[in-house]
Amino acid sequence: MQIKENPKEYDVIIVGSGAGGGMATNRLASAGLKIALVEAGPYFDPANPEQRTQLRWPWESPRRGASSVRPFGDFDSAYGGWEIEGEPYTQKNGTKFDWFRSRMLGGRTNHWGRISLRFGPLDFKRKDIDGLGENWPIGYEDVKPYYDKLDKLLGVFGSKEKIYNEPDGIFLPAPKPRLHELYYIKAARKAGLPVIPSRLSILTQRINTDRGVCFYCQQCARGCSVHADFSSGTCLIFPAQKSGGKIDLYTDAMVREVVVNKHGKATGISYVDKKDRKEYSLKGKLVILAASACGSARILLNSKSTKYENGLGNSSGLVGKYLHDSTGTSRMAFVPHLMNRKIYNEDGVGGLHVYTPWWKNNVKDKLDFPRGYHIELWGGMSMPSYGFGFGVNEMNKYVGQRVGGYGEQLHKDVKRYYGSMIGLAGRGECISRIDNYCEIDDEVVDEWGIPVLKFHYSWSDHERLQSKHMHDTFEEVYDAMGAQVIGEKPGIEKDYGLLNPGRIIHEVGTTRMGVNAKTSVTNSFGQLHDVPNVFVLDGGPFVSQADKNPTWTIMALAWRASDYIIDELKKQNI
Amino acid sequence: MDRRETLKSLLVGSLATGLALNSCSTLDNKKRVTDTEIKGYGRTKEEEKRDKRILSEEFLNAHELATLAVLIDIILPPIAHHPSTGEAAVVDFVDFIVKDIPKHQLPIRGGIMWLDNRSNKRFNIAFKSIEEKQRKELCDEIAFPDVKTPELQIGIKFFNLMRNLTLTGYYTSEAGMKTLGYLGNQPNIWDGVPEDVLKSHGLSYEPEWLVKCIDQSKRNDIAKWDENGDIVYST
Repeated sequence: MQIKENPKEYDVIIVGSGAGGGMATNRLASAGLKIALVEAGPYFDPANPEQRTQLRWPWESPRRGASSVRPFGDFDSAYGGWEIEGEPYTQKNGTKFDWFRSRMLGGRTNHWGRISLRFGPLDFKRKDIDGLGENWPIGYEDVKPYYDKLDKLLGVFGSKEKIYNEPDGIFLPAPKPRLHELYYIKAARKAGLPVIPSRLSILTQRINTDRGVCFYCQQCARGCSVHADFSSGTCLIFPAQKSGGKIDLYTDAMVREVVVNKHGKATGISYVDKKDRKEYSLKGKLVILAASACGSARILLNSKSTKYENGLGNSSGLVGKYLHDSTGTSRMAFVPHLMNRKIYNEDGVGGLHVYTPWWKNNVKDKLDFPRGYHIELWGGMSMPSYGFGFGVNEMNKYVGQRVGGYGEQLHKDVKRYYGSMIGLAGRGECISRIDNYCEIDDEVVDEWGIPVLKFHYSWSDHERLQSKHMHDTFEEVYDAMGAQVIGEKPGIEKDYGLLNPGRIIHEVGTTRMGVNAKTSVTNSFGQLHDVPNVFVLDGGPFVSQADKNPTWTIMALAWRASDYIIDELKKQNI
Repeated sequence: MDRRETLKSLLVGSLATGLALNSCSTLDNKKRVTDTEIKGYGRTKEEEKRDKRILSEEFLNAHELATLAVLIDIILPPIAHHPSTGEAAVVDFVDFIVKDIPKHQLPIRGGIMWLDNRSNKRFNIAFKSIEEKQRKELCDEIAFPDVKTPELQIGIKFFNLMRNLTLTGYYTSEAGMKTLGYLGNQPNIWDGVPEDVLKSHGLSYEPEWLVKCIDQSKRNDIAKWDENGDIVYST
């Protein structure tokens, strides 16, 4: 069996169709470049009736939406998850990292929370403050113009708050808070926390004639059939195709490696077609990897040649190093004020209408951990699915009644506690470290014959103490709310409740950017120091991840890099 | 005779022998999830295959299903203005979910045996065939988790699991969800908490917060911003 070579030569081959790959496709197509967009999963459009899960009812699924097949339940749009049959990964020295992958057009942008936060001026230069990690080679002023353009192109609601490190964007108006969010606002303020409207890339107002406007079903994670929330396929790739972009889409194509010539220049990629299990190659003048931080690191490390024995772009030995995910922990509570609710439709947008940005100063407030976190919340009268009614009257113990029983009373219990629970979650910044990394496992391949990743990741006291602070804060807010906190507060033996790294799905840092080719993998445009016609435009080049969700920054940087690529091509530098 | 028919005859049989099932509502419903083709709900090919495989498999036998049907009707008995557990097809849901989530299999199969054993010892007949009063006697012992009697713990756990699955099965069914009065999952325009609800909670929207919020009469206007990044409206 030979590798079938496609005779066509592309200007650009883009690997991965998520946030970074979609943005690069959109910008480079508008410049008239011939593009091959290569995606490891199938075509996906949430408007396609065959693929639509939006507005479906729990009884349409025989498991009532349980998470036995898709990790966030049957109706979540992500194809894939932390475990994918035939595509394993391994762990090193008893450490644990959970790697989430979405195999589909648009990647993980299909189901994400749409939380679209800008990194602030401090977030690019944290080393200057606490001496930890590394500074970015660029600052907020370099990225700001691209955040501005993104906001206008894609739409994000929010409000101007003039908080220095939470830069305001060009916003659509926010939705009004729901009832439990009003309770949160009141309680959080009492506990000394600020609360502001959340910033989500959901269209509360129309921004063009192609995309619809939000109709408030709370189901962004299912993908929107009127394209009123952001996903890479619906908002970047489809419009680029529609406006005449020269884009050949290769779906179900699992990329093995970047191919280089004897001069060390990339000439294309090779991939396995998942449908016929045969190997193919594509030729391109430029290769952009946007296969996710770990996916792109894996491709680079697997792209070994006589010229690059340790993998492509890896002369520094840093490909796969400095892997870091957001810290995350949560706690829920029962709010007696919210018992016996009047029922009305309070779905709202997918996710929170309000949130608390990081409000402390680690130095002035003498905190025992570096960096910050923001607080997200959930609650309300949401649609029943598998798990609804579990522990139906557990809360009886807080109102002086017996837990358990059977009969008619259970119906009354369901109604009286419906919508009375609230949850708070912290999402914080983890310090990037060289000893948190992924590398190639020489002994294991996936079903496509491609060597898999092996992870090594541990939390340090920085993250543990931050998580402890989150839990202390949750309790203060709940106390102010008159709520009953559920379950035990996690102690040190449970890392203060920190979820496994990889669980927040914000992993970045594996091909970090910098000025010095010995201490970084790419320049500030995601261009490999070693191989100028290869770029990485996902979360890999992040130097640090802030306590912000990375998607908006991935796209701002991918847009900035696309402008640079167009410019460099004009100058014939690449 | 297929398993469904067996189940039906077992239930009818117990009626015929005078051991009246207090509420054989599970018989009312002919349309069972497992009997009908599952319509598409946005599945991939692999997921569709998985569903079909699970549907073709059997785990719980006729006796076990009949016992669960009795237990489910004890947990949520027929009452006025509520669809029955049969209309909500709760037994079929449990039948499916133990195959879909195998960790439930042992606790349920073992739990049924535990309950039958208890019934056999006390009444000399399996649980599903005892009288209503006797059933309640057995269930009262295991329906409350604050009971700490060691020899009842297995039964208490089993009953708890069945209560959970019964309520989930009921309230996620089309018939059961109507009981809840849930009003979401449809296109609408969210314009804040209704005034009477705000009032009853002693809350209100602050004017300085409301100015940041969408005026829903403008939602279809194509957004434009001034040089400060503030949204502008033509009127």
